[in-house]
Amino acid sequence: MATIEDYVARVEGTCGAEKDVIVVFKYEKKDEAIAQVLKKAQVKNKIAGIIFELTFQDTSFRLYTSGKAIFRSIKNRQELNNLLTSLLLD
Amino acid sequence: MNIQAIRQDFPILKRQINNYPLIYFDNAATTQKPKQVIEAIHNFYEQHNGNVHRAVHTLSLEATDLYENSREKIAKFINAKDAAELVFVRGTTEAINLVAYSWGLNNLERGDEVLVSLMEHHSNIVPWEITSKVRGFKIKYAKVNADGTLDYEDFESKFTSKTKIACLNHVSNVTGVINDVKRVTKAAHDNGSLMLIDGAQSIPHMKVDVQEIGMDFLAFSGHKMLGPTGIGGLYGKREMLEKMQPFQGGGEMIKEVAFTESQGCDIQWNELPWKFEAGTPNIEGAVGLAEAVKYLEALGMEQVLCHEKELTEYAVGHLRECDKVTMYGPTDLSKKCGIISFSVKDLSSHDTALICDNYGIMIRSGYHCAQPLHEQVLKLQSSDRASFYVYNTKDEVDRLVEILKEI
Repeated sequence: MATIEDYVARVEGTCGAEKDVIVVFKYEKKDEAIAQVLKKAQVKNKIAGIIFELTFQDTSFRLYTSGKAIFRSIKNRQELNNLLTSLLLD
Repeated sequence: MNIQAIRQDFPILKRQINNYPLIYFDNAATTQKPKQVIEAIHNFYEQHNGNVHRAVHTLSLEATDLYENSREKIAKFINAKDAAELVFVRGTTEAINLVAYSWGLNNLERGDEVLVSLMEHHSNIVPWEITSKVRGFKIKYAKVNADGTLDYEDFESKFTSKTKIACLNHVSNVTGVINDVKRVTKAAHDNGSLMLIDGAQSIPHMKVDVQEIGMDFLAFSGHKMLGPTGIGGLYGKREMLEKMQPFQGGGEMIKEVAFTESQGCDIQWNELPWKFEAGTPNIEGAVGLAEAVKYLEALGMEQVLCHEKELTEYAVGHLRECDKVTMYGPTDLSKKCGIISFSVKDLSSHDTALICDNYGIMIRSGYHCAQPLHEQVLKLQSSDRASFYVYNTKDEVDRLVEILKEI
């Protein structure tokens, strides 16, 4: 059974007052992950062909074609895991 | 300087990131390594690896020679009076911690004051905050002007008879502001205080002469000056280091550990600088750092600074053309060196850094370990930072500007 660890290489908290969370997808799975996310989330905007502004379950985030996603206002790791599970696996 | 020839010495610059040529603008965080440094480390392990000091076999003697010759080389680079004034540490952070713990815990007490500035990296704030909780001394923070320059009058006015040490960075890791460390060192000494300079962002980029400046302590990191990670230096005046107690205990740092039933252990510290180097040191790190110093000396530190200033002037001029970009730091570029902090309208610093990353350009985002400067002075939640070094080119700056204009 697939898990989010199959897709996610690392989760980094950023420094700065914004407290953003950056999800780095595994290089070999990034295209698959991006396709999955784009299937589920609603595209609000596409910037310069490389950034997707998305919303999913009332959460706004940005997805980069380099295989990274930046989430804001995530309260804890569990909330992020739930979101990633819905985006990548459900 | 022949930048194209220099670039040939850095294997990593041939890499592509996200199918774009790597442009490395995160030099204030760490620098790339020339093949000469990589080969020196490689050669150490292939030919000379042994533990330093005390053994009599050939490999140990060779390793000791390489390690101590590296110290000589690096001590001369900063013009220390003798090599014993240079203690090898992991980097700037450990150097400042060494002073805070070895000197601070034994010499500071309730009623004393330590003076730092609001533009410091966390590594020049947190060790003092930790030790102040133990010893009860007070920390005073000197003001920084809105353009990121030090408020010298405020700094100098904060000295009192209770001030025992003042701590200041030579170059800000956020704005690139160059502080007049000779002036503040004189002010410290005139007021009976010691002076510690954080040289993490200055020694890699300009000639720093410890005898001319006269500071009591100078901290720096090897990895920010083409050397390996995990090695750096604490310069201390001999008379200061002689008086200080060791920060860590173990092998190498003792002359004798004599034990008797009746009296227990009688320990005599080793001589300088080994008194402060407990345990097996980072031998290959020292060897690599000495090779990095040799490389920089061959380029000439005046040329290094000149190149970075030229790039900074070029970059600032072109970044001003980007409508959405706001830069921080002094507009008088003679007051700063090759670090530019900026933000892009409507984007968080991390968004901007990720966009640049997408095009193979490595810049830093966040607080850059200087939260007080961001929040109290620059009034920012975070910023982006491009920082230059000897291998960066105007073409690379053009590429960054092009991307920022497109956003």
